[in-house]
Amino acid sequence: MDKILVGLKRAVDYNVRIQVKSDGSGVETDGVKMSINPFDEIALEEALRIRERGEASEVIVVSIGSSESQQQLRTGLAMGADRAILVESGDVPDTLSIARVFKELVDRESAELVILGKQAIDDDNSQAGQMLAAIWERPQATFASEVVLDGDKARVTREVDSGLETLEIDLPAVITVDLRLNEPRYVKLPDIMKAKKKPLDTIAIGDLGIEAGPRLEETAFEPPAGRQKGIMVDDIAGLVAAIKDKGLV
Amino acid sequence: MAKILVIAEHDGATLNPSTAKCVACAAQIDDADISVAVLGSDTGAVAAQAADLSSVARVVTIDNERNDPAIAAVLAPQIVALANGYSHVFGPSTAFGKDLMPRVAALMGVNQISDIMSVEGSHAFKRPIYAGNAIVTVNAPADHPVVATVRTASYQAVEGGNSAAVESADVDVEMPSHTRFVELQTGASDRPDLQSAARVVSGGRALASEENFELIYKLADAIGAGVGSSRAAVDAGYVPPETQVGQTGQIIAPDLYIAIGISGAIQHVTGIKDAGTIVAINKDEEAPIFEIADIGLVGDLFAIVPELTEALG
Repeated sequence: MDKILVGLKRAVDYNVRIQVKSDGSGVETDGVKMSINPFDEIALEEALRIRERGEASEVIVVSIGSSESQQQLRTGLAMGADRAILVESGDVPDTLSIARVFKELVDRESAELVILGKQAIDDDNSQAGQMLAAIWERPQATFASEVVLDGDKARVTREVDSGLETLEIDLPAVITVDLRLNEPRYVKLPDIMKAKKKPLDTIAIGDLGIEAGPRLEETAFEPPAGRQKGIMVDDIAGLVAAIKDKGLV
Repeated sequence: MAKILVIAEHDGATLNPSTAKCVACAAQIDDADISVAVLGSDTGAVAAQAADLSSVARVVTIDNERNDPAIAAVLAPQIVALANGYSHVFGPSTAFGKDLMPRVAALMGVNQISDIMSVEGSHAFKRPIYAGNAIVTVNAPADHPVVATVRTASYQAVEGGNSAAVESADVDVEMPSHTRFVELQTGASDRPDLQSAARVVSGGRALASEENFELIYKLADAIGAGVGSSRAAVDAGYVPPETQVGQTGQIIAPDLYIAIGISGAIQHVTGIKDAGTIVAINKDEEAPIFEIADIGLVGDLFAIVPELTEALG
C-alpha cells in the first residue's frame, strides 16, 4: 500500500482535570496543557509499524483546527510520520465536516488506509471514523486491538462488550483504534530536530469546498452532579452489616 | 408528534437490555410514538421480546441472513431506508451502537449526538464530555432528524407486559460485501454481563496477578455478581478487556458496585457514577475512590476479600 492517513487531534492532556467555567459557557482551557489525543498516538504508532514492516510507503498525519495544532503535528512527525497536513479552521468543526475533510484528503492523496483514535478524550464522541467510512462507502473496523494486513485485505480484532470480534475487511478502509493495540514510542531529541525539516502543509478549510454538517449547538455547560462521600467502616463485620442493611445481598 | 425509531441490539436470540433503556429514554420525549427496529436473520423471538416492552407502539423487523451477525456497514443503509419519516433514530451507547449509529447519521447527512443522559426537549439533550467532568446541553437542529446514542447507564429499562404490533419491512438497498465477520471470542462464563448485572465486583492493579483475580471471581460468584476491572488491571493482563469499566471501557449502573484495590481515577469513576451503592476496599486511605464510595473499608484486600466472601456467600 502506498499511503496511510492518521488523524491527530489537539486535546486537553489526559492528566488534566478540567473545570467548567463559572458562567457555564464552556470548559476552562486557558493555560491548560494540550497534547495529542492519546488514542490518536496509538493510531500513529500502528501506522508507523505498518510502514516499518514494509507494508506501506508513507504515513501522513492530519490535524483539523487552529494553527496551534502544528505542535501536535510536529510531535507526530518526530514520532516518525513522513509529512503533515494542517487543515486550518478557527473552531474545531462539527464531526460530519471533519469526516468530509478526511474524505477530501483521502481523494487527493489516494490513501488506502485511514487510522484514527476510537474517540477523543475531550468530547468523547467516538464518531469520526464511522462517519468517514460511511461517506467513503468503505469498511470500518472500530475499537481495534489487533490489525493484520494481508495484501488488499485486513483482519481486525475489535474490542466489543462481549469479548473480541474479528472482521475481515477489504482495503481501502477506516480503522479506529483502542487502547490495547500498541504502546506508542517515545520521541527522542534528535527526532524532534529532524521533524522540523519535514514538510507541514497548511490548507484553509474554506479551500477544500466542504459543506458543513447541520450543526449541533452547545448551549450550556455544567459540572456533573457529585456523589456524596459515604461512611467508612472499621472492619469486615461493619462492612457486611452496612451492605446487608441496604438489602443489597 | 415525535416519531422515534429505536434500533434493537440483540444476539439473534435475546434482546439486549440496552434496548429497553433506549426505549425509556425515547419515552421521555413529549408525545413520542416509538417503533423498535429488529434487524436479523430470523427475528421472531427477538421481535416478540421487543413487542413486550411498554411504551413501544410497534416493532419493525427486517429478516435477511446478511444481518447475522450484525455488521455496521451492512445494517446502516437498511436503517436509513427504515428511518424515512422518523424524527428521531436512537441506538444504545454500547459497542454495537457506538459502531453503528455514526455511520447511520453520516449516511443521513446529519451529525450524531453521543451518550444522551437526559432529555430536555424534543431536540435538546444533556450529555457528558471530558470523561464526565462536564455536562453539556446540546440542541439539535429542528429541521433535521435527530440521530443519537443513549447512555444506557442513565436509564432504567422500561417494564414488560406490552403487546405491540410486529410488522415486517422490506427495504431495497445495496448491502456492501467489503466487510465480513470472522469470529467472536467471548470469555464464556455463567456470570451476569456487566451491562445488566445488578451487582458487580471489580478488581484493580492491587490484585497484582491473574491468579489473584480468583479472589474477585469467588466473591462475585458468592453474590451472583458480574466481574469488572480497572484499566490498569486490563493493561497488566490480569483480566480480559471486555471487563474494563470506565471512560474507555463500559459505563455501568448496577445496584451494588464493589471496587477492590481500585484507586478511583476519574476515568474509572465516570463508568460507575450511576451505581446505586459503591463499596470500596483499598489499603490506601487517601485513595480517591473513598471520595465517592458509599461504604469504605481501609485494609489489605488479600485478608478482607476471602472473609467477605465467606460472610456474604
